[in-house]
Amino acid sequence: MKILVTVKRVIDFNVKIRIKPDGSGVETANVKMSMNPFDEIAVEEAVRLKEKNIATETVVVSFGAAQVQDTLRTALAMGIDRAIHVPVDTEIQSLGVAQALKKIIEKEKPDLVIMGKQAIDGDSSQAGPLLAAMLGWGQGTFASKVEVAGGSVKVTREVDGGLETVELKLPAVVTTDLRLNEPRYASLPNIMKAKKKPIETMTVEQLGVNPAPRQVTLKVTEPPKRKGGIKVPDVATLVDKLRNEAKVIP
Amino acid sequence: MPTLLIAEHDHKSLKPATLNAVTAAAKLGQPITILVAGHNADAAAKAAASVAGVAEVLHADDAAYVHFLAENMAALIAKLAPNYTHVMAPATSNGKNYLPRAAGLCGCAQVSDIISVESADTFTRPIYAGNAIATVQSKAKIKFITVRGTAFDAAAATGGSAAVKKIDGAGDSGLSKFVGEELSKSERPELTAARIVVSGGRALGSGEVFKKLLEPLADKLNAAIGASRAAVDAGYVPNDYQVGQTGKVVAPDLYIAIGISGAIQHLAGMKDSKVIVAINKDADAPIFQLADYGLIGDLFQIVPELTEKLGK
Ligand SMILES: Cc1cc2nc3c(=O)[nH]c(=O)nc-3n(C[C@H](O)[C@H](O)[C@H](O)COP(=O)(O)OP(=O)(O)OC[C@H]3O[C@@H](n4cnc5c(N)ncnc54)[C@H](O)[C@@H]3O)c2cc1C
Repeated sequence: MKILVTVKRVIDFNVKIRIKPDGSGVETANVKMSMNPFDEIAVEEAVRLKEKNIATETVVVSFGAAQVQDTLRTALAMGIDRAIHVPVDTEIQSLGVAQALKKIIEKEKPDLVIMGKQAIDGDSSQAGPLLAAMLGWGQGTFASKVEVAGGSVKVTREVDGGLETVELKLPAVVTTDLRLNEPRYASLPNIMKAKKKPIETMTVEQLGVNPAPRQVTLKVTEPPKRKGGIKVPDVATLVDKLRNEAKVIP
Repeated sequence: MPTLLIAEHDHKSLKPATLNAVTAAAKLGQPITILVAGHNADAAAKAAASVAGVAEVLHADDAAYVHFLAENMAALIAKLAPNYTHVMAPATSNGKNYLPRAAGLCGCAQVSDIISVESADTFTRPIYAGNAIATVQSKAKIKFITVRGTAFDAAAATGGSAAVKKIDGAGDSGLSKFVGEELSKSERPELTAARIVVSGGRALGSGEVFKKLLEPLADKLNAAIGASRAAVDAGYVPNDYQVGQTGKVVAPDLYIAIGISGAIQHLAGMKDSKVIVAINKDADAPIFQLADYGLIGDLFQIVPELTEKLGK
């Protein structure tokens, strides 16, 4: 079977973000960028399915400026076979991504699409279900286990009450949660090998989609700052404060 | 035109998150219709009809909705959606599963996890793990919206007397099948609705110690128990305990963080708590920067002492 995964280049999860003084967005210039952590998990899962000989081919797709080719190279170094880059210089939102992916998928015909459950910049957690809906495929969101067997895939999902397992007919879309796997680091020889793997470019015009944002960000502001409080010397003082000052315990 | 709100329920009763979403929907100032899609869910439909401020309840009763499979739920929601300007759901693991799919079926983008309603098309929502707040205007013809429960007070569960209208379901999609579930059983209050949350981190060291130390404390306070990702990844507690950017968002009156460093991804899930207590042996742990009361020291001594002192 063939697996398609998607990756997004985002501000590294360890970076403390800065909001632009004019409130138009978050500063991304001169900031460390990395692959969205959930997408790393998606890449790892696809590579493992190939190593287990369940997948025969793996393809990675990313949208964005020229620099996303670095992120695609990382995916190739982790073991993905080939990459597709859709150059977009402006912001591209989940709906535009899903519409463009649908076109790519109609051409590539994968049996399984694996995506991150959310990107840690926009945190909107919708591209996977949007895409699954447009394709008319089943969806297994927030996956912590993926088992492919025959014409279906069993997905264990992290839900509010614990875990739930569903079985989806293939083709299907899966979105990854944190505990699906631990992504590998690419080894130096694999990084060298990845330089020779192909990255194909497909423009939005070729795909026939209009990626213009449907949601306008009017402004971006700081969240209300929480003032740090005090240090208490011992448990007795803590209990006293909680009872008589904060009045949160009887 | 009215707002359609998808109820989160267990067929017998409404989940608290539904009541918070009703308050968000009420801010739009138009009639609210609640959809209860379930199986043998008369009791849940009746509960929805008594929520204050609800104009109408649609009740679709079908085996296809027993487990709220996204494919089946979204097909029904998308069928109803054209009659509404706004379609809302709580940002629970169910809402986050079927609502964006319904949006996709209607060719619309979703506005996820809103924390305020500014106008009929403008909302605020946290981005970057809550380190920034975006004000966004949606141009979608139908506005699909998930609601962050902690940002809105719960609507009154009683006082309403909406009519319940039975409607047909949209059938089974045949795309997915429920296989099984492994739900955490607990007598404690639900994490996202609890007044007090006691949370443990990596420092607890094992599931056994986590239980031995935190359960008696939570018992004394009638608290829910939460955890950091590190504690969940290490297997001390199940995944549904995780608080944070990618876990649950809580805002209790009192949050006690024990042996948790305070990574931004954790803070994203608890920084709106009214009072935060941090217990950590490292005076420089970031959690102290936002704790109202910080106690520096060894949790293995402090927690038993705290549990004991609370008894008095
Ligand atoms: C994409 C992504 C998503 C994430 N989502 C989440 C999320 O939703 N929720 C979440 O929590 N994390 C999340 N994380 C992980 C997060 O970055 C941190 O790694 C995690 O929160 C750390 O957990 P911790 O505080 O328990 O562990 P640590 O950071 O290891 O902290 C342990 C703390 O215990 C203290 N300690 C040790 N021994 C003692 C003792 N005897 N007495 C008192 N104190 C002691 C230490 O001083 C330290 O501060 C995410 C990370 C990524 C990349």
